[in-house]
Amino acid sequence: MAWKIFLFLLLSFVSVAGIAFPIVENPIHWYQFPLIRGLEQNAKIIFFHVPTAWLTVIAFLMSTIYSVKYLRKKNLDDDAKSYAAAQLGMIFCVLATITGAVWAKFAWGSYWSWDPRQTSIFALLLIYGAWFALRSSIESEEKRATLSAVYSVIAFLTVPFFIFIMPRIMKGLHPGSADDTNSGPVVNFKMNGNMQLIFFLSLIGFTILFFWMWNIGYKSLIYKDRVNKIYTRG
Amino acid sequence: MKIKAYALFKKDFHSELRTRYAINSLVMFIIVAISVILFSIGSERISQSLTGGLFWVVIFFSAMSGLARAFVSEEERGTTLTLQLVASPSTIFSGKLLFNLILVFMMNIVIALLYSALFDAFIIKNFALFAVTFLFGNIGLAVSSTMIAAIIAKAGSKGTLYPVLSFPILLPLILLVVHLTLNSMDGTSFEQSVFELAMVVCYDVIMLAASYMLFDFVWND
Amino acid sequence: MSNYSVEAVSLNKVFGRRLIFNNINFKFENNGIFGISGSNGSGKSTLVKIIAGIISSSSGKVFHKTGTEEILPEKLHNHLGFVSPYLVLYDEFSAWENLAYFAEIRGIPLNTERVNYLLEKFLLINRKDDLVKTYSSGMKQRLKFIFALAHSPELLILDEPTSNLDAEGKENVYAILKKEAESSIVIIASNEVTDLALCSSKIELEQYKGINKNAGMKGIL
Repeated sequence: MAWKIFLFLLLSFVSVAGIAFPIVENPIHWYQFPLIRGLEQNAKIIFFHVPTAWLTVIAFLMSTIYSVKYLRKKNLDDDAKSYAAAQLGMIFCVLATITGAVWAKFAWGSYWSWDPRQTSIFALLLIYGAWFALRSSIESEEKRATLSAVYSVIAFLTVPFFIFIMPRIMKGLHPGSADDTNSGPVVNFKMNGNMQLIFFLSLIGFTILFFWMWNIGYKSLIYKDRVNKIYTRG
Repeated sequence: MKIKAYALFKKDFHSELRTRYAINSLVMFIIVAISVILFSIGSERISQSLTGGLFWVVIFFSAMSGLARAFVSEEERGTTLTLQLVASPSTIFSGKLLFNLILVFMMNIVIALLYSALFDAFIIKNFALFAVTFLFGNIGLAVSSTMIAAIIAKAGSKGTLYPVLSFPILLPLILLVVHLTLNSMDGTSFEQSVFELAMVVCYDVIMLAASYMLFDFVWND
Repeated sequence: MSNYSVEAVSLNKVFGRRLIFNNINFKFENNGIFGISGSNGSGKSTLVKIIAGIISSSSGKVFHKTGTEEILPEKLHNHLGFVSPYLVLYDEFSAWENLAYFAEIRGIPLNTERVNYLLEKFLLINRKDDLVKTYSSGMKQRLKFIFALAHSPELLILDEPTSNLDAEGKENVYAILKKEAESSIVIIASNEVTDLALCSSKIELEQYKGINKNAGMKGIL
């Protein structure tokens, strides 16, 4: 119980700090953020957009890890865990795409410009969609778990490609792309100490939130399955 | 193992010659796809980059039309069991992959020829680069498509899910080969494209290794 | 005499929520004919497929051994012959072509002498070059026997072996099976009294339908 309260406080602090702390040229007080060239006022979205994108990848990673576990042990509980992770991953993916598009409108002028990172998050959305479509087309539990696990692994192999390689080779608008001279506020540490602190706290807070939601998600799937099985076998 | 896989390929090829099912429908599909594009464009001049991109669009959809057959036909007729009784999973995958590789190259050479005849903007300045891209790109296409075909055959979903599942997996490859094709069209040198070519080869190797390792799970019930 | 043995240890199979059978144990060795009986839908085909390695059990394992050496699942197919009503052969090829391709895919040379002998025994010698498409259901059933026997397997698994056969066909099959049982293990899964009369020992599936006491809420709260 205690850590749930801690999580609530942490996320509240991060949300308030992220939104309310002013951005000034030369920060003097501890609650002021520096002005970053190119981002200015809309820098604050970094506290929310980056965590959702980060969580999408974490969720996908967890989903794939449990897919692999399922393939090895054929324990349907692992399939439930994989599914619960994917559900969350899908939600965060949609959130990341939307927050990204909003940021894009303010920073670059249009909601969508096929920048490599935008393309990547879109590809991830397609992968999740395809995965759920595959699952809903298979009746048998074991086959569903096996085939979607295999697809999960194959799809996961394309992810490093999107995240690391593509932005390097293609021109893009995101901070950190091939032709970006200021390689992004995170990498370049243009954020001052306080901003970094809020940023990493946000990341940590959201990550804990993910694991908590995932835990609840898969437990409810497993319990439901067990109850159904007892009930039918009598 | 190679001879056994080759025997499976021969069986498929022979079956194809007898029934002529796939070849007929594939050739018609290619003609129809290219015609649709030609008619939609009308008398407009399209840019080089658009032409290069559309080339791979036709290839992608033709692949989606023809490559699932390797596994779906066995599943539909009930001969999956027969194959499970005569060969190990890796032999099956090798044989089907070989068939799809030959099919992909035959199809895409036809598409490339038709394309260069019908689209004025499709001029390739660095032919060597194009040839290498064509070679490794098609290998990647065949490998991924064969693996996904095995998955949907076992899922009983036949055709409809095939493009849905294949596209995200093929997307990195498509982005790379389109980039490389455009490079070859405007004469960019080999040296400047080495990174992208290396990535294509990486893709091929990774997909091939993953497919062989995962195929057992898909094939055995 | 072969030293082949098939052993099942604690086999259990569940489809979704339905228990098919539980805790089956047996060991077949020293050649002969063994039976699996049970009413329609009792799980005979399922058990037989698990023994053949075509589907996996929910728990428990089947061991195939020559002497004391275990045969791995990937290598099982050449030691095994399988006949069942749902087995399908390629009807665009002739009987001979089917058998020739299967031998090649198995990676063993086609034993033309044995195949001709089998074709004669099963009265298909005159139709060996006709397409399987033109065969009657009885002829297809007999061809399946030849498919199962052509590579001289040490283990023969037959699911409803006399379906589609007339009285004469049945007698013929029984004679051949008795001969095969002298040098290999034959497992017959059937309802037919005459089929089961050949068997020296039987597994009656009705006895293995006990409820699995391990299901429940233990361990997750």
